[in-house]
Amino acid sequence: MISINIEKKLKAYSGQQWLKINRDFATGSITKIYGPSGAGKTTFLKIIAGLVEPEKGIIKVDGVAWLDTASNISLSPQKRMAGFVFQNYALFPNMTVRQHLEYATNDKKWIDRLLIIGKLETLSTHKPDHLSGGQQQRLAILRALAIKPQLLLMDEPFSALDPKMKTALITELKLLFAELKLTVLIVSHNPMELDGLCDYSMEINTEV
Amino acid sequence: MELSPIWLTLKLASITTLILLLICLPLAWWLSKGRSIFKIILEAIITMPLVLPPSVLGFYLLLAFSPQHGVGKWLHDTFDIQFVFSFPGLVLASVIYSLPFMIGPIKSALQQLPASLAQASYTLGKTERQTFLKVLLPNIKPSLFTAIVLTFAHTLGEFGVVLMIGGNIPNVTRVASIAVYDSVENMDYATANTYSLILFCITFVMVMGVFIFNKAHAKSPLE
Repeated sequence: MISINIEKKLKAYSGQQWLKINRDFATGSITKIYGPSGAGKTTFLKIIAGLVEPEKGIIKVDGVAWLDTASNISLSPQKRMAGFVFQNYALFPNMTVRQHLEYATNDKKWIDRLLIIGKLETLSTHKPDHLSGGQQQRLAILRALAIKPQLLLMDEPFSALDPKMKTALITELKLLFAELKLTVLIVSHNPMELDGLCDYSMEINTEV
Repeated sequence: MELSPIWLTLKLASITTLILLLICLPLAWWLSKGRSIFKIILEAIITMPLVLPPSVLGFYLLLAFSPQHGVGKWLHDTFDIQFVFSFPGLVLASVIYSLPFMIGPIKSALQQLPASLAQASYTLGKTERQTFLKVLLPNIKPSLFTAIVLTFAHTLGEFGVVLMIGGNIPNVTRVASIAVYDSVENMDYATANTYSLILFCITFVMVMGVFIFNKAHAKSPLE
C-alpha cells in the first residue's frame, strides 16, 4: 500500500496554486493520472520519486516513511529507487541501449529479457540519437524497469508510439507489471487513453 | 637563441592547466547547481581576472606574497616557500589568472544539460559523484576540451601578471612572452620573431584542434 498526503505550492501565470493530493494506492495496482496542463501531474510524480520537495506531507510505501515533513524525514531519490520514465525520456547521449541498462543493473539475463520485451535487441549498440522517437521511449521504459522497482512512475510514456506498437508494448508490460507486483502510476494527458491497462484513474486539479 | 623560455612556458601552461582542471571540475559542478548570493559573489571574484589589467592582479599578488610581510612572510618563515620571483609563484599567478577560462565553458555546459539527465541517474540509485563521472562529464566533452585548450593557450600568452610576480630570471621565470619583450628591448628582432612565431604556431594549432574536435561533435543530440 502506498499512502500519499501532500501539499505543494505551484507557480502559475494566474498566481499561486496548491497541489493537494490525499490518496492510497493498492500494491500491484495501475493508476492513470490525468488532468489539465499545468495541474501538477509531473510535479506529483517527482515528489513521490524524491526529486521535488513538497511544502508538507507524508508518503508511506508499505509502512516505510519515504517522506514525513513533520518529522523531517525525506529519503533521497537514490534510497527510494522509484522507477521513473521521464516525459523527455532523459536518455544518456553517451551510452548505447545496452549500456543504459547496464548502468541500472548488473543482471545480464534481466537485461536480455528487457531488450526482447522492448524489441531493442538488434539496436543494443545504438546510441539514443540513432533511435527513433518510439525506440527512445521504449528504452526509457526499459531503463526504469531495469532496477526492478516496487513503484513505477511514468510520465506520458506512450505518447511517441504508434497504435500497433503501443498495443503490443502495453500487453507485454501488463504481464511484466503483474509478475513484478509493481505499483504503477501513469500520467496521461488524455483521460480516455490506457483504459485497457489501468485499474484506476485519478484526476489532478489545482486549488487557487 | 635559447629555447629555455619556450620549454618553461610549455611547462607552466601544462602545470597550470592540470591544476585548474582538478580545481574547476568540482567547482564548476557545484556552481552549476542552483544560485545563492555566496555563489554569485564567488563567481564575480573568479571572473575578475577577465576584466582586471594583468598588472593590477600581478601587483596585488606581489604585495600578498612578498616575503617581507603578511601571508608571504608567514609562508617563508614557516615552510620556507617563496612565491615571488620563483616558478611556483608563476604557477600560482597563472592559476588565478586563467581560472575563468577553465571554469566558464565547463560550468556553462553543465548548466545546459537537461536537469532530467541527473534526475534519471539518481532514480537508478546512483550517487551524485557517479552521476557526474558517468553521465554529466561524458556529455560535456567538447566544452571540456575547449576549456583545456583555452586555458593552455591563454597561459602561453600571459605577460603582465607573470612579469609582476616572476620578473625576468633566465631558466626560472623568463617565459616566452617576456623573452619576446626582452629581445625587442635589446633590438634583437630576429630572436623576438622566432619566439613569437613559435608561440603563434603552437596556439594556432591548438585553436584549430578545438574547431576540428567540436565540428566532429556538432551532431550531438544536446546541441
